[in-house]
Amino acid sequence: MSLHESIVSGKFVVTSEIGPPKGVNIERALKEADFLKGKVEAVNVTDIQSSVMKVGSLAVCHLLKQRGIEPVFQLTCRDRNRLALQSDLLSAWILGIKNVLIITGDHPTLGDHPDSLPVFDLDSVQLLQVVSGLNQGKDMMGNDLEGKPNFFPGAVANPGADPLELQIIKLEKKVQAGAKFIQTQTVYDPAQFETFMKAAEHIDVPILAGIVLLKSAGMARYMNKNVAGVSVPDHLIKRMSQAENRKQESIDITIELIKQLKPLCQGIHLMPLGWDKLVPEILKRAFS
Amino acid sequence: MIVTKLKPLKEILNILKEVDKIFLIGCGGCAEACETGGEPQVRQLEQELKEKGKQITGWVVIDSLCNKALVGMRLAYRLREISKADGLLVLSCGVGVQAVAATVDKLTFPALDTISLGGFQGIWPSSERCYQCGECILYLTGGICPLTACAKHLLNGSCGGSDKGKCEVHPDRDCAWYLIYERLKKVGRLDILRKIAQPKNYNKMEASQEIRTSTYWALEFEEAKDESA
Ligand code: SF4
Ligand code: SF4
Repeated sequence: MSLHESIVSGKFVVTSEIGPPKGVNIERALKEADFLKGKVEAVNVTDIQSSVMKVGSLAVCHLLKQRGIEPVFQLTCRDRNRLALQSDLLSAWILGIKNVLIITGDHPTLGDHPDSLPVFDLDSVQLLQVVSGLNQGKDMMGNDLEGKPNFFPGAVANPGADPLELQIIKLEKKVQAGAKFIQTQTVYDPAQFETFMKAAEHIDVPILAGIVLLKSAGMARYMNKNVAGVSVPDHLIKRMSQAENRKQESIDITIELIKQLKPLCQGIHLMPLGWDKLVPEILKRAFS
Repeated sequence: MIVTKLKPLKEILNILKEVDKIFLIGCGGCAEACETGGEPQVRQLEQELKEKGKQITGWVVIDSLCNKALVGMRLAYRLREISKADGLLVLSCGVGVQAVAATVDKLTFPALDTISLGGFQGIWPSSERCYQCGECILYLTGGICPLTACAKHLLNGSCGGSDKGKCEVHPDRDCAWYLIYERLKKVGRLDILRKIAQPKNYNKMEASQEIRTSTYWALEFEEAKDESA
């Protein structure tokens, strides 16, 4: 079953994520993806994540596809104007890439090329409209396409956003613009996620709760300080700092989170940040 | 010299669709010189809006709308007429519209499109700034310009980096979309935020031939040419 079919069927789905390398040694990224093969429904490939220059999402999605792994092409509004965005979308389709995840993108000043021009010609809501238009056989200006794609577009949301109402209004617009599934920013606080899901009750597309695997107490503290809407509770930070085996602790914490979040939503989006090897055990134990 | 152009009446009526009682504000500075926002233009727009069934509760022309302190002072005398209105329609550059919006708790609508600030940023440019986009959308954003106040010039709400009202790029600066949300909430018009804002037409940033030759702006170029000749 494809991601599209699984999501539409109402099944509880799990997706995961890899990041392309900085440089041309692609083996590590592909090895990480191989750990996920057959274990998750689809694998996202990040698009110049955190504005740190890397290999492109499109090419890596294509390689995943060749290995029999269903990719999710992440596409941000940061680096391309409307011509390039539409063109890359069409390129993705002819390479067999069906799932696209539309994201605003971090500002360039947060990454390793702070001097670059921030493009943001379109915003995420408008880009979702463009994807919907392409699916109808029209480009942004209403010109006819010679052969139309059939993308399965998704969008992101931040359950910890404050004020929440502002976030929900944007989410409504993303769905109105054509988003068919939502993957969220990482969640560590199930109560906060429940509040978000209540506020998003009227949003009738499946929401997949995001979880970044905790790697250390330091990472948790860093996220609390620097990542909008992310709050790792103290008890999890304590567990990570006291753990003899951090990987094992991370596995246990992730499994507990999955079990708590599962009744609240339609899926999980795991972001292992290189610890992809742990994903099979996490899923086996979380869903047994 | 700030160059502005009157929006087509059709667009103004569209912007004012849900607003019946209007207070008009003109600008005696650049907008008057451009013949887009002085007294004659305010009176004419008043007439045209009345013909379309709008009620005009009053009007005023203020010397330089981009001078926020002056705006507050001059509008204070007209509070009665302003309070009767559902919205303020401002005939000035984007800076002036934002200065008015920041001064009065009423929805503020731009009647002009700002095409060029000609090197001049207005007298109150610190927080109300204009990118001269040529297609003013301040009516969608509670009178706060997302092209200058949002680091990503987004048009449909905050990005994922917005944190408790602060911007991901400059944590010491307010997130534009938080401010827009708060202002629209205050005037009871969050419904405006719920509508999808369409992509901008960046082509409108370029002044048309007509504007280049018919405004004071062109005159400056002519003078410069004469001087160098
Ligand atoms: S939307 Fe902003 S940039 Fe455009 S004319 Fe209005 S104030 Fe200026
Ligand atoms: S945090 Fe707010 S102001 Fe800053 S880039 Fe994001 S939406 Fe724009």
